[in-house]
Amino acid sequence: MSPGSGIMAAEIEILKSISYFSGLSTEELNSITKFISKKTTERGEIILLEGEPSVEVYFIVSGAVKLFKTSAEGKEQILNIVRQWESFGDVAVFDGALNPAGAQAMVPTMLYSIRRNDIEAILREHPQVSRNVIQVLVSQVRHSMSLVEDLSFKHVIDRVAKILLEYAGDGSGNRPRLTQQEMAAMVGTAREMIGRSLKSLEEEGVIRLDRHRVVITDNEALKELAGANA
Amino acid sequence: MLDMPRIEIEKCNGCGLCVGVCRCGALVLIESVISIITTYECHWCTDCELICPTGAITCPFEIVIE
Repeated sequence: MSPGSGIMAAEIEILKSISYFSGLSTEELNSITKFISKKTTERGEIILLEGEPSVEVYFIVSGAVKLFKTSAEGKEQILNIVRQWESFGDVAVFDGALNPAGAQAMVPTMLYSIRRNDIEAILREHPQVSRNVIQVLVSQVRHSMSLVEDLSFKHVIDRVAKILLEYAGDGSGNRPRLTQQEMAAMVGTAREMIGRSLKSLEEEGVIRLDRHRVVITDNEALKELAGANA
Repeated sequence: MLDMPRIEIEKCNGCGLCVGVCRCGALVLIESVISIITTYECHWCTDCELICPTGAITCPFEIVIE
């Protein structure tokens, strides 16, 4: 076996794990390897800019990437953390419009990418990939709809305020600590919304984030917020 | 004793994502098992908790009234 065939076998194994190519035969995967470009990114490297055109779908071979939007005031909202074997950049590639979100590597990340024209050729050639892509996009729509619900209809800050009051102690360590994930589960929202709520409360001067402590600096204001959701 | 993020070793799959995301070098993989180094450079960014795919790392907050 030549070194080249060993590399190709490794690439085929990787492709097998990627949702887009699930259920394809080794021969079919073999025919797709020629469309793959590889890229490695450092932690913090911007891979996609929101509002810029993009012509490639990316697949994470190792590492993790955050998808985010930035407001005019510079506030960041994380939309999703994309992990190993998942894809991003699909939306702009399939509709030909601009990137709806930015993408930034959270850790050193290895990516495979396929250009729009090549993806179109793969879709024509392999109907199974079309079915897989529908599944992937539906999953992304569900995640986005859930986030829209959180952002639009739920008074997340008010409910975070209520939880902070319920769990506030005197610093003697006799009250249970809460992770952002636990707060999210209590509020019935995504973890991303908790970070955003805590930052907002800090900006309003109601709390102060002091490393692993949430210090309530304006108890009355917090009660007022919590009362709004009582 | 300085508080540091908490690790549940039995949940850790040794993927190392937390090591990559940690900006203060507080997390190290020793023989594919995560370990934490106490450091004042840790500012509780909670990125390690965010990125961990198995929930092995948690950064719990103590809530106190000033």
